[in-house]
Amino acid sequence: MTLDGRGVCVIIGPNGSGKTSFLRLLHGTARLHSGSILWSCSTEEARRRQSFVFQHPVMLRRSVLENLLYPMLIRGFRGKAAQAQAEAWAERTGLQDTLQRPASVLSGGEQQKLAIARALVTKPDVVFLDEPCASLDGRATREIETILTEIKAQGTGLVLSTHDMGQARRLAETAVFLLRGRVHETGNAAAFFNRPKTKAAQAFLNGDIVE
Amino acid sequence: MKRVTMLTVIGLIWATGSLASDVMRMAVTTSFHNSGLAEVLLPELRKDLDLEVQLLVVGTGQALKLGEAGDVDAILVHSKTAEEAFVESGYGTHRRQIMYNDFVFIGPSTDPAGLSDMETAVQSLQNIAEAEATFVSRGDDSGTHKKELSLWEDANLDPGSFDRWYNAVGAGMGAALNTASAMDAYILSDRASWLNFGNKGDLALLFSGDPVLFNQYAFLPVNPARHDHVKADLTDKLEDWLTSDRAKELIDSHTIDGETLFVFNAQPAD
Amino acid sequence: MVELWDGLAQAFWLVVTADSELVEIALRSLQVTLTALLVACLIAMPLAALLAVSRFRLRRVVIATLNALMGLPPVVVGLIVYVILSRSGPLGVLALLFTPTAMIIAQVIIVVPLIASIAHQSLRDLWQEYHDLLISMNVTQTQKMQTLLWDARRALLTATLAGFGRAIGEVGAIMIVGGNIDNATRVLTTAIALETGKGEFALALALGFVLIALTLLVNLCIHWLGKTEREGRW
Repeated sequence: MTLDGRGVCVIIGPNGSGKTSFLRLLHGTARLHSGSILWSCSTEEARRRQSFVFQHPVMLRRSVLENLLYPMLIRGFRGKAAQAQAEAWAERTGLQDTLQRPASVLSGGEQQKLAIARALVTKPDVVFLDEPCASLDGRATREIETILTEIKAQGTGLVLSTHDMGQARRLAETAVFLLRGRVHETGNAAAFFNRPKTKAAQAFLNGDIVE
Repeated sequence: MKRVTMLTVIGLIWATGSLASDVMRMAVTTSFHNSGLAEVLLPELRKDLDLEVQLLVVGTGQALKLGEAGDVDAILVHSKTAEEAFVESGYGTHRRQIMYNDFVFIGPSTDPAGLSDMETAVQSLQNIAEAEATFVSRGDDSGTHKKELSLWEDANLDPGSFDRWYNAVGAGMGAALNTASAMDAYILSDRASWLNFGNKGDLALLFSGDPVLFNQYAFLPVNPARHDHVKADLTDKLEDWLTSDRAKELIDSHTIDGETLFVFNAQPAD
Repeated sequence: MVELWDGLAQAFWLVVTADSELVEIALRSLQVTLTALLVACLIAMPLAALLAVSRFRLRRVVIATLNALMGLPPVVVGLIVYVILSRSGPLGVLALLFTPTAMIIAQVIIVVPLIASIAHQSLRDLWQEYHDLLISMNVTQTQKMQTLLWDARRALLTATLAGFGRAIGEVGAIMIVGGNIDNATRVLTTAIALETGKGEFALALALGFVLIALTLLVNLCIHWLGKTEREGRW
């Protein structure tokens, strides 16, 4: 299958269907046993131009600002320009007042926003997000969806998995339905949600338990 | 400010250094060191010869090994047979007598083995063995230990066959005296170590004066032919000084509690 | 009991009058131990970091060995170093035996496994935390190590202090390789051994109290330095 590097692609499916594994395979952090993943550029360059946001945010034991600076630091970007970039992203995600605080004292929602900002600070072309709002409340989820919509509008591609059907309908442009480790159905989101091609997909969208 | 303080302290810690222009190493026995004579001689050496002598204080056995390995430039020990073997095997160039002191028998002031009435060292040891009085031996292959063993031999007794009353501690003179003090035991010691010992407890000097307890110290330079890094010129200077009138004066006048310890007996070199 | 009081009194007196011999051996103790500690950290910590982030077949064996080496009897280390550095030994030409350098070498060997093991524990735990994130960011092996070492610095400080404690109290190994030479290789611990052997218990205790005080002082200093660098960040 081919995925467009722009727009929002949402991976959905029941628990255990392999959404996380799928994302990791695409990102390159899970090993492929067969088949291959090809990018429109070299695999090495592709790794540099993507980011990953985990379901549970991994915070470095540093301040919020230092967390934001880290991805740039490891690529050799330092100094005023890097600082400005970090602060800009903190601003966009509403974290500008927490810059000097240790990242560990932030709330769940703030940490996830930090993780997303950190993922974006290197201006990736594609961002993978593994159920980014799974452990967040309604308000935090709303804030994050706003941020995601904004960056999508600026041309960054998003590939995210979710079990929140509401979120999927709100954000998706392309939908990929996984079932038991296989891609069951894929296609334009609107078409998928209104007229799914397979029975399993239909059952899933109805809220029936699909194993 | 904090940084400056730390750096200054760190700087001070590492700012150490030696001042004499010539440095050599000599292995000496614990008996010699315990006499305190080194504290008298070393500063004079610095003054007279601008020579720093670093002393390794070990038992005679280890001193000889250090000489064999070339880890020291000279040794000062008190075990004639071992010294002669050392020179014989080519490890040392020669043996030069410097001074002598004597060994004494120390024991509990109650003297259960009746040493104070004895005439000879051998008799004293025989008494101790008969009474099975607690005895502490150096047991460390030192000059003192070798002397003790030769005395047992003269008395026709074999320390290997002794019961638990005989304790070989494998330690230096001071440590052995500590043990003897704690155990209230008999022990053979050199006079100087005894006089300088700080933990006498209930012990007293019970027997001395038998000529067989005479303890000769000799200076042996390590053979530069075997180890060419050895500082032969410095050992020569040291030897000359140790056998000079200056040294004679210092050695003969060194006392502890008014008692002289050593008798200078170096002969002029021939 | 009398000796304990005598010892305390003598310790006080020695310190207050800044007794020159005491100052000399105390400084030498610090010199040898702190130098050894620095060298040991430079070896042990990158090693621990490397072990934490690497995956190779013998990894578990190496870690188990490192842990086992912590139990190495220091006096045996001293003996082996002695034999190697002796003039008749393989590295005799370096003329290091009976110098402070030999003492530093022995202490480094004794202390590296300790620091490395403790550091590795903490670094490994931190690596479990950071693993997914750093892999996803395509970080190089060196960068992984650097990040872990920096972020775990509090725990590394603990490892360092453990190493310091082991080193400053060491007597057997450094007695053997240093020779306890007056004005050259005598330090607090070997001086204590010497004075005890001479039956001078009060003086030995005095030196012991000074050693304890010095150790506490250094520990406090290191803590003080560590805390005020980053207030409330840990």
